[in-house]
Amino acid sequence: MRFSGLRVLKEGLFGNKGWTGHWRDPEPKNEYDIVIIGGGGHGLSTAYYLAREHGIRNIAVLEKGYIGGGNVGRNTTIVRANYFLPGNSEFYSHTLKLWEGLEQELNYNVMMSQRGVLGLFHSDGQRDAAARRGNSMINQGDDAVLLDREGVRKLVPYLDFDNGRFPIYGGLLHPRGGTARHDAVAWGFARGADSRGVDILQNCEVTGIDVEGGVVKGVQTSRGVIRAKKVAIVVAGRSSQVAAMAGMRLPVESHVLQAFVTEGLKPVIDNVISFGMGHFYISQSDKGGLVFGGDIDMYASYAARGNLPIVEHVMEAGMTLMPMIGKAKVLRSWGGIMDMTPDGSPFIDKTDIDGLYVNCGWNYGGFKAVPASGNCFAHLIATDRHHGAATGFRLDRMKTGVGIMDEEGTGAQHNLH
Amino acid sequence: MRIRCPLCGERDRREFYYKGAAVALARPDPGAGPEVWDAYLHLRDNPCGETRELWYHEAGCLAWLVVTRDTGTHEMVGAELASQQALVAS
Repeated sequence: MRFSGLRVLKEGLFGNKGWTGHWRDPEPKNEYDIVIIGGGGHGLSTAYYLAREHGIRNIAVLEKGYIGGGNVGRNTTIVRANYFLPGNSEFYSHTLKLWEGLEQELNYNVMMSQRGVLGLFHSDGQRDAAARRGNSMINQGDDAVLLDREGVRKLVPYLDFDNGRFPIYGGLLHPRGGTARHDAVAWGFARGADSRGVDILQNCEVTGIDVEGGVVKGVQTSRGVIRAKKVAIVVAGRSSQVAAMAGMRLPVESHVLQAFVTEGLKPVIDNVISFGMGHFYISQSDKGGLVFGGDIDMYASYAARGNLPIVEHVMEAGMTLMPMIGKAKVLRSWGGIMDMTPDGSPFIDKTDIDGLYVNCGWNYGGFKAVPASGNCFAHLIATDRHHGAATGFRLDRMKTGVGIMDEEGTGAQHNLH
Repeated sequence: MRIRCPLCGERDRREFYYKGAAVALARPDPGAGPEVWDAYLHLRDNPCGETRELWYHEAGCLAWLVVTRDTGTHEMVGAELASQQALVAS
């Protein structure tokens, strides 16, 4: 089933009876060429690009819950390529380009909205850092505009520019950044993979990974044994548990990150704004809700819910930056499980076990990475060579100390990101 | 989330700084080699369930604590002074 204007017209005329499910619900086969553990955004996009670019169709994506039920449906939907360090910057540049063509590529409306991402600064030192970051983004071939205070005021006049403690000095605008509808991204990749023959198996929890003589042979699941020539682990916050099934320990700690949404309001914030002096970022969804978040809670957690200190911090930061949102009622808050790494950057790599690959460590920034993560992971699985945009995401970089990508500059330690 | 400090009683989580898994109590020998040091510094069990962690009572008595906590439910199982744990370990 393809979407088109004609199709919409025809369905509208004939009672919308011709729409079909977007993917099948097949029974697991006994054996696949590739088994992908994890039907989140990254796993689905990996399956899609394996089928689309490498012609491998005999693939299963195993999801213990349902498609769109994990982090891919729990994030703040921001898409951007404003990273600074080599290793990261070319990857996020690659992912933004894929985002820009994604709707045509998938024939699916992911509501990609390049509304601009504005990062504010509040001191001379931060201005210098923003200028340097902007130059590095431009050198990377992406876009950045350094705005002074008046430039920011023109764009978002409602901020508290003269806040006594954190006055706004200006901002770095990344016009090609924006938001996308996260559920549709999962659904679009799922449909694209399914239509190329990939089996998406929901309610299929992996309970073991079979390894014989250092070679992966398949997986044990709640729906039976599935043999596979290659197995890929893409399970975000649960990476440590799944890797442990293959006897591996990862440099990962799972933490909780909270997000919030208010009641639906009239259009007021038409870009993405991030505060430079507290952890707070905000955008407005197409339904009108203000979607915002802050920092992780800073302790290991699988509870998928957080504690009040961070709620208070995020609300305080929001009120400091834009007091106008003070009357908006918060409808919901929730938490996702983040696979945090010591240096805050991810891993896309082979393991010491033949045929076993791992993609994890996206910290609190995995959503924007979805297209390129799958694209680069598919390349690695299919060819056993790293994709040019993801050569830095090595699993051994913490051990060797070579190529550590500490984007925040806080030190490559577990409790610092 | 509240932590029962052995010296101060039950206190708000905000008074504490989180260090992470209580691996620091088993610091390897300086000459133990890169594999052991990598495991100590970076690799984590990262369990979903009960775990032992180091918390520092920064806004309280300044004691380092070994906190036993369930990462699946946020339940606080217990907290002991790290200094006593270190004595037991040695």
